Order: sequence, then structure tokens, then C-alpha cells
Amino acid sequence: MCLVITAFAAVITTLIWYFKAHNENIKFSMLVLMYWGATLMWVVDGFFSIAKGEPFLDLSINDTLLGFVIVLCGLAVWLFVLLYKDPKNVFDFLKGAHKQTPTDINKNK
Amino acid sequence: MACFTAPLAEAIIVTIIKKRIEKKEKATLSLSGKDSTKIAETENHSGIPFSRKIGWLTKMLWGGSFLLAIEHIWHGEVVPWAPFLTAMNNPADIQPMLMEIATVGVTMALLVTAVWVVMLAVSKHLENRKEKNSACDKAIEG
Repeated sequence: MCLVITAFAAVITTLIWYFKAHNENIKFSMLVLMYWGATLMWVVDGFFSIAKGEPFLDLSINDTLLGFVIVLCGLAVWLFVLLYKDPKNVFDFLKGAHKQTPTDINKNK
Repeated sequence: MACFTAPLAEAIIVTIIKKRIEKKEKATLSLSGKDSTKIAETENHSGIPFSRKIGWLTKMLWGGSFLLAIEHIWHGEVVPWAPFLTAMNNPADIQPMLMEIATVGVTMALLVTAVWVVMLAVSKHLENRKEKNSACDKAIEG
């Protein structure tokens, strides 16, 4: 189920990227590629499972839960990168505080 | 056991290559008298820069190996203390682990790279089509 959930997340994010969020600034393509990368890797894992005589998909509740955790982890990484890159310059005031020269501080006083 | 380490290793190598290509592209831009902020303009005329295309591969490799690492942590195959891979604790498990990296891991890395090559081909095709269309438009205008 982990593979199915990640593949589903990959398809949904691709559609969102195509129709709504193809702007490079918000780094949405990173999330899309991340899910596709993981999906491809799990597909390979699935085929090797078949070779070992195991099923291609693990349909247990544990694996389903893992799938949701994986999707959340992907979202968390994307959110972290987005906030770090700060495309809308929301955290400019923080950067400004670091760049303040002694003259600026005196002026503020 | 540790199949994600093969794509992870490829991700590290590709990231280093990407940094070098980025440097070269920036140097080429500055040599041709273009500002690095004008990359977007360059893209419109000569397609997507290769550093960005290689970025697609790095994102798939880093992202995929990260999410697979989460799965391994979930199954208790990766732990936050040395030697990090639980298979390393038992000498009998080391051989199968290395075998898994060499077979499953390498296949994962190869499949992701193959998909990226297909993406490159599609991108090139779209760029060529765009160039042809713009050439036709110019000919009609002329």
C-alpha cells in the first residue's frame, strides 16, 4: 500500500503542478519529483519481492500507515525547503536584522 | 535492508556534477556579457539550462532515497546510532545486505536515471518544437 499511496501522491502533485503550481519559485516540482523518485524505487522493490516469491504489494494496515507517513514526510521536507528559500521574502525582516550595520542601529536609536 | 544507499550514493555524485555544471554555466554567461539574473531570458532562447535538467535527477534521487530511508527506519532496518544499519550488527546479515544493495539498489538507481533520460528526450523534443514554431512565426512576419 505504501507504493500505491506514494504513486497516488505523485499523480496528484503532478496534476497540481501542471494546472496550478508550475511556478518555479514555490519549488513544487521538487515535491513532485521526490514522490516519483520514491515510487520508481518501490516499483523495483516490488518486482524483486515477486522474484523472492512475495507479493508485489503489501496490503497490511501497517504498510498503509507507513504510506501516509511517507507522504507527510515528503510534504514536511518541501515545506522546510520552501520556508528556507522564502520566495515571497516573508522573512526579509530577519535577514535585515542580520545585515544591520552599526550606522543603521545608531539611526534607529 | 539498505537498498536506498545505492541511489543515495548516485545522488551525492550527481549533486557534485551539478554544482560544477552550474559554475561553468555561470562562467559562460559572464563571459558572454550576460548577467546571471538573466538566466530566464537565456532559457527562452536556447532552452532549459542543463544544470536545471540535472536538478530533476538529483531531486528524484535525493527525494526517493530519503523516503525509502523513512521506510527503513519504520521497519527498524536503519537506526540513529552507529553502525546505523541493523544488518551490520550481525556478520551473517552483511553479505545479504551488500547483495541487496548491488541488485535492488543499483536497479533502483538505474531505473530513476533511465526515467530521467526519457525526461531529457521529451524536453529536447519540446524545445525543438518551440524553436520550429518561433522560426515559422518569424518567417510569416518577415
